Amino acid sequence: MDFSWIFSYRDLLIQGAFLTCLLLAISVTCGFVLAVFLAIAQVGRNPGARWLSKGYCTFFRGTPLLIQLWLLYYGLGTYLPYVPGLRTSFLWPLLREGLFFAALALTLNFAAYQGEILRGAMLAVPRGELEAARAVGMSQAKILRRIWLPRAIRIGLPTFAGEVVLQLKATPIVFSVTVMDLYGAAYKIRQDTLLVYEPLLLVTLFYVGLTFFITQAFQKLENAVPTRR
Amino acid sequence: MNTPHSALDLLSLTPPGWGGVLLAGALATVLISAGAYLVGMMIGFFGALGKLSGIPPLRSLLNAYTTIVRAVPELILIVALYYAGTDGLNRLLALAGVGPVEVNGLVAAVAVLGFVQGAYMTEVLRGAILAIPVGQLEAAKAFGMRPTLRFRRIVLPGLIPNALPGFANLWMSVIKDSALIAVVGYQELALAARVAASNTKEYMVFFLAAAALYLVITIVSNMLFSALEVSFRRGQKPAS
Repeated sequence: MDFSWIFSYRDLLIQGAFLTCLLLAISVTCGFVLAVFLAIAQVGRNPGARWLSKGYCTFFRGTPLLIQLWLLYYGLGTYLPYVPGLRTSFLWPLLREGLFFAALALTLNFAAYQGEILRGAMLAVPRGELEAARAVGMSQAKILRRIWLPRAIRIGLPTFAGEVVLQLKATPIVFSVTVMDLYGAAYKIRQDTLLVYEPLLLVTLFYVGLTFFITQAFQKLENAVPTRR
Repeated sequence: MNTPHSALDLLSLTPPGWGGVLLAGALATVLISAGAYLVGMMIGFFGALGKLSGIPPLRSLLNAYTTIVRAVPELILIVALYYAGTDGLNRLLALAGVGPVEVNGLVAAVAVLGFVQGAYMTEVLRGAILAIPVGQLEAAKAFGMRPTLRFRRIVLPGLIPNALPGFANLWMSVIKDSALIAVVGYQELALAARVAASNTKEYMVFFLAAAALYLVITIVSNMLFSALEVSFRRGQKPAS
C-alpha cells in the first residue's frame, strides 16, 4: 500500500469530494420537488397527468442511469448547438459542461424513484384525516399543502434515507461524462500513478463515511418529527 | 443533420445498420444478468443460512460482507473486483507455475455482479426465512421431521412467496447494474449502443433504442414476476 500520492493530489481529491456532494445535494433537492409533482399527478384525477407521470416513472426506473446520462450528454448535447440563440446566451458555458448533464440525469432519475415512494406514502395517509380536512371546509389545495403532503412526507421519511444513500452510490457514474467527481479523481490518479487499489480504497472510505453521516442525519430528523406510537 | 440515413436504416439488423449489434448487446445483458442473478442467489442462500445458523465467526464474516458490499458504490465495487479478481487469479496461477490468462469478460462480469448481488440476496432470503410463521416450523419438528426434510418441505416452499418481491427488485437492479460493466469494457447493451452511436454520430437514435430495449426487458420481467407471485401465493389469504 502506497499512499504517498495523497499530498500531490490533495486539491483534486478535495474538489472531487465537493463535486460529489454538490451533485448529491442538487439532485436530491431538485429531484424531491419534481417527485412531489409526479406523486400528485399520479394520485390526482386528471388521466392525462397520471398517464404522463406513470410513463415518466416507468421509463426512468426501467432503464439504467448510465443510458439516461449518455442519452442526455451525447444525445441531447449534440442537438443543443442547433437551438437558435442558445450558443450566444449566458447559459452556453454551463450547457457545454458534463456537470450540467450529470446533475440533470441524476435529478430526473432520483425524481422517478422518489415519486413512486411519495405516491405510496400519499396513499397511506389515513382517509379520515383527509375527510376531516374537507369537512372543516379546506380547499383541495389547502388540504394538499397542510395535511396530505406533510403527512405523506412524514410517512415516507424512513425510506427517504435509503433513497439518498442509493443516490450517493449512483453518483460515481458521472465520471463517464468527464465530470471530475471523487471517483473521477481516483480514476485520474490511477491513470497517472498506475496504482489501482489505493485511490479506490480512499474514495470508498469517503463514500462509506458519507453514507454513515446521511443515515445519522436522517435518524436525527426522524426523531425530531413527533409521532404517536 | 449531416447523415442521410433514417433511424430505420441505422437500426436495421444487417451490417450497414447497427440493430444486430444492439440485439447482441441486449442478449449479453440478459445473459450477464441471469448468470449474476443465479450466482447471487446461490451466495445468498448460503449467506442467509450462515447468518441464521448463529455460529459467531461465520455470522460476523457474513455481516461484514453484506454491510461492505451494500455501503460501497456499485461502480467502485465492479471496477475494484474486476481488477482484483483477474489480478488475484493470475497471481494464484503464477504460484502454481502457470502463465497469466486473459479472463473471459463474460465470466468476470458474471462473477463480479454475482458477488454484489449475493449480499443483497443474503438479506432478502434472511428476511424471507424469518417471516415464516414459527408455528409451522414447530409443527414440522413435532412431526419428527429432520432439519433437511424440514428445510425442503416447509422452509423452502414457505420462503419463496415472501422472497419474491425482493427477488423481483433485485432482478431489476441487476439488469441496470449490468450497464456498469460497460465501464470496464465488456460489450453489453450500453456499450454496444455507445459504439454504434459514436461510429454513426447518431447518439440520440442509439441511446433511445438501447433505452427501449432495456424497457422491454424490465417490463416483461415485471409481468413475469407478478404472474409468479400470484401463482406462489395461491391458497394464501390475500393481503389486506
